[in-house]
Amino acid sequence: MQVSIYRYNPETDLKPSMQDFQVEIPNDKDIMILDVLALVKEQDDSVAYRRSCREGVCGSDGINMNGINGLACITPISAVTKKDKLILRPLPGLPIVRDLVVDMTAFYKQYERIKPYLQNDEATPAIERLQSPEDRAKLDGLYECILCACCSTNCPSFWWNPEKFVGPAGLLQAYRFLADSRDTHTEERLADLEDPFSVFRCRGIMNCVAVCPKGLNPTKAIGHIRSMLMERGA
Amino acid sequence: MANIRTITFDGLIVGGGGSGLRSALELSQSGYKTAVISKVFPTRSHTVSAQGGITCAIASNDPDDDWRWHMYDTVKGSDYIGDQDAIEYMCSEGPQAVFELEHMGLPFSRNPDGRIYQRPFGGQSRDYGKGGQASRTCAAADRTGHALLHTLYQANLKNNTVFFNEWYAVDMVKNQDGVIAGVIAICMETGEVVYVKSKATVIATGGAGRIYASTTNALINTGDGIGMALRAGFPMQDMEMWQFHPTGIHLAGVLVTEGSRGEGGYLINKDGERFMERYAPNAKDLAGRDVVARSMVLEILDGRGCGPDADHVLLKLDHLGEKVLNEKLPGILELSRTFAHVDPVHAPIPVVPTCHYMMGGIPTNIHGQALSMDAEGNDNVIEGLFAVGEAACVSVHGANRLGGNSLLDLVVFGRAAGIQIEKMLSQGLEQREASESDIEGAMARLDRLNNSTSGEKTADLRKELQNIMQNHFGVFRKGDFMQEGIEKLADLRERINNVHLEDKSNTFNTARVEALELKNLFEVAESTAISAEGRNESRGAHAREDFTTRDDENWLCHSMYFPESKTLGKRDVNFKPKTVPTFEPMERKY
Amino acid sequence: MVTNVISFGRSGLYDWIVQRISAVVILLYVLCHAAIILSTPDMDYVRWRALFADTGMRFFSLVALAALCAHAWIGIWTIATDYLTSRILGPKATFIRFLFLLICLGTIVVYFIWGIMILWSA
Repeated sequence: MQVSIYRYNPETDLKPSMQDFQVEIPNDKDIMILDVLALVKEQDDSVAYRRSCREGVCGSDGINMNGINGLACITPISAVTKKDKLILRPLPGLPIVRDLVVDMTAFYKQYERIKPYLQNDEATPAIERLQSPEDRAKLDGLYECILCACCSTNCPSFWWNPEKFVGPAGLLQAYRFLADSRDTHTEERLADLEDPFSVFRCRGIMNCVAVCPKGLNPTKAIGHIRSMLMERGA
Repeated sequence: MANIRTITFDGLIVGGGGSGLRSALELSQSGYKTAVISKVFPTRSHTVSAQGGITCAIASNDPDDDWRWHMYDTVKGSDYIGDQDAIEYMCSEGPQAVFELEHMGLPFSRNPDGRIYQRPFGGQSRDYGKGGQASRTCAAADRTGHALLHTLYQANLKNNTVFFNEWYAVDMVKNQDGVIAGVIAICMETGEVVYVKSKATVIATGGAGRIYASTTNALINTGDGIGMALRAGFPMQDMEMWQFHPTGIHLAGVLVTEGSRGEGGYLINKDGERFMERYAPNAKDLAGRDVVARSMVLEILDGRGCGPDADHVLLKLDHLGEKVLNEKLPGILELSRTFAHVDPVHAPIPVVPTCHYMMGGIPTNIHGQALSMDAEGNDNVIEGLFAVGEAACVSVHGANRLGGNSLLDLVVFGRAAGIQIEKMLSQGLEQREASESDIEGAMARLDRLNNSTSGEKTADLRKELQNIMQNHFGVFRKGDFMQEGIEKLADLRERINNVHLEDKSNTFNTARVEALELKNLFEVAESTAISAEGRNESRGAHAREDFTTRDDENWLCHSMYFPESKTLGKRDVNFKPKTVPTFEPMERKY
Repeated sequence: MVTNVISFGRSGLYDWIVQRISAVVILLYVLCHAAIILSTPDMDYVRWRALFADTGMRFFSLVALAALCAHAWIGIWTIATDYLTSRILGPKATFIRFLFLLICLGTIVVYFIWGIMILWSA
């Protein structure tokens, strides 16, 4: 199988290029793209990519496979290849560190900006804070985010304004705390999101929803934030 | 050569998983200048993969639950070589540590009354084993580790911990007095090598499951902290004790939580028989992990395995119904569909015992202080060095860890180490200095690798190492066969020392990191092999075909591996809990 | 919070609401005219003038004009801050964007005043 990989090492290359590798797939099995990358790395260990859990929960190996963002470790060859050709590129829209490794600083900064931690000014009880199963259910589909950046790097609004638009991943987490019955800083959180960029640059393109490897729906969460802002404004 | 930049902190944590982040949080909260070095962005650490939950007697599901019952289970689970003072501390402090996590925002699943949901896990009992199965594992669906790790990272952001993400710690800097003064670390993005100096260095580098060919562990679990400590000449405790998790997905190695059996799933052989009823008539599928894993291997060896090669058994979940599975085990459905191509709603998952957890590690006291041993067998605190989490051996898990106890271990002892360092800092703990040559010593292996001109490739050597460990030091072990394995490892040592790094570039050079990791894997493997060969009995996870029974007369103790002489010694188990009577060793039946 | 931008809108929420309300107004205006034109097959200058002699229609037209201008301004501003940024144009971006917005704003204001003059001159 031919695998074409985006190569760039700033120390040696003036500009990026695509390099082709011939990879022997053992028994023609439908292995994961991460396994393909490991086979490539056995041929040429200078190929750089991130990986950790290899089961889709750590969010390290978000890359662009034949044009589609996803996690290499849970994407089988058959899910992305046509005509036995595989093209692997880094996630779009972020600066390249090397090969498939992107600089995620802008992405993490937006995550930090939404104050991704519970804020509660009430006295801490001796045991846990109580939360009804119904209130807890509101966090489903939000807290599972693995910060892989597949969504935000697939979002044109984030490409244009990575410093000002929080992006789908950050906004999903913003809503995770807005929706938490235990968080008491709703007003401050909303005030921080009211400007024309943070939330309102979302154009409802839904590229984020299309690629989320965990099946989450940032667009829906953004809609909820907008509704909360409307209620607050009214 | 040592003209490198120095960065100074009050507390330095090597490792950004659950235990490291919990230590860091404790220190930053008290205002000390705290740094975390992590070779991956912290939420990519292996804690994120923990599924089932965190075991702790918070008395939510059962108002009568008692931490002493939890302690009894843990002591029994450890096959009586868990230190009872440490287990007592973990089980009694546990509820506080769990409530703190909840207050930080961890999205636990809930009971109708709003309290934290708890599920049954293996080895749990009520009333000191006399009251039947307990439900003691606090859960956030089957993504508890993910929820816990993200929550801890978030809490650290809130408290301004300094993060060196994607920095790789190469070796500890040990001065002439044997004190740890910090570490040498590489910034992976730029390749810059830095001396990170600290009054207290906490090893929180997690496990090393990658010494085996088949493991549930992340690719990053290469025992870096263990390797560093061994190279610094410090002893390791109970390294023969490796837990094989009963339910790793066949061929993929991906973990299926014990919680799936807690929720009512069970194992079947090729005849559809629920075979655990034969091996553990009372606890059945929720016996200790070592017991279940061995039973599975015996079924397979007796020809009752499933599949064309009769090499696995099946985990049946479909009888629980789609609704329960979606609500309680959504992550398992996802993993099984992706990696086993099986939908548990309709069909059983092919599973096989898979290397999962290292019970051994750097010996510490309950304050996380790393220990060495003098010639008379007395414990000595290693100044400046702490260890927490899977890299440490407190020891609360002894010869076999109970499910859900690892997350508790992380937060309780991560916190304890933080509290201890905080206390020492407030009493004026001073930075110990290291000389030029101490620093050069810590950089030696990096220099050697960077100057390598020939030798074998990392990937080939790693594969060979993993196969030796898989074949010679698996679920069942035998003396002569282990001897053979040790000889193979001896041959491998020099070859791994001479590993060739072809690409010497500085920018995000993952080949360099993998070569450095390989050395750590080897150190862990060797200490495991020699410890396993030395313990002439079967206890907990360590099952010998040539010594099939537990030998309390000779081996009711920890093993201590000394790297410089490559010999095995013994260390006493603590049988002196402070507030409860000692749990005396008994026959371990489930 | 992102505040240091040249925004004539009070907030993202305000902009967002104005954008949607103005869109509805423009749509209603277009539909209204479409209906009139379709139901008046022999439309000529006299009838057209008579239509706009009505104060209600003049007022509706004024509102629609205002909506159009507001809609255009917010849209143009958004486009400018998406594409005319220092990421794409380098350090000159602020100047170019400012110039572009100034021209657009001028045009919009001219159209608005001209529209008022047309509607209310006779």
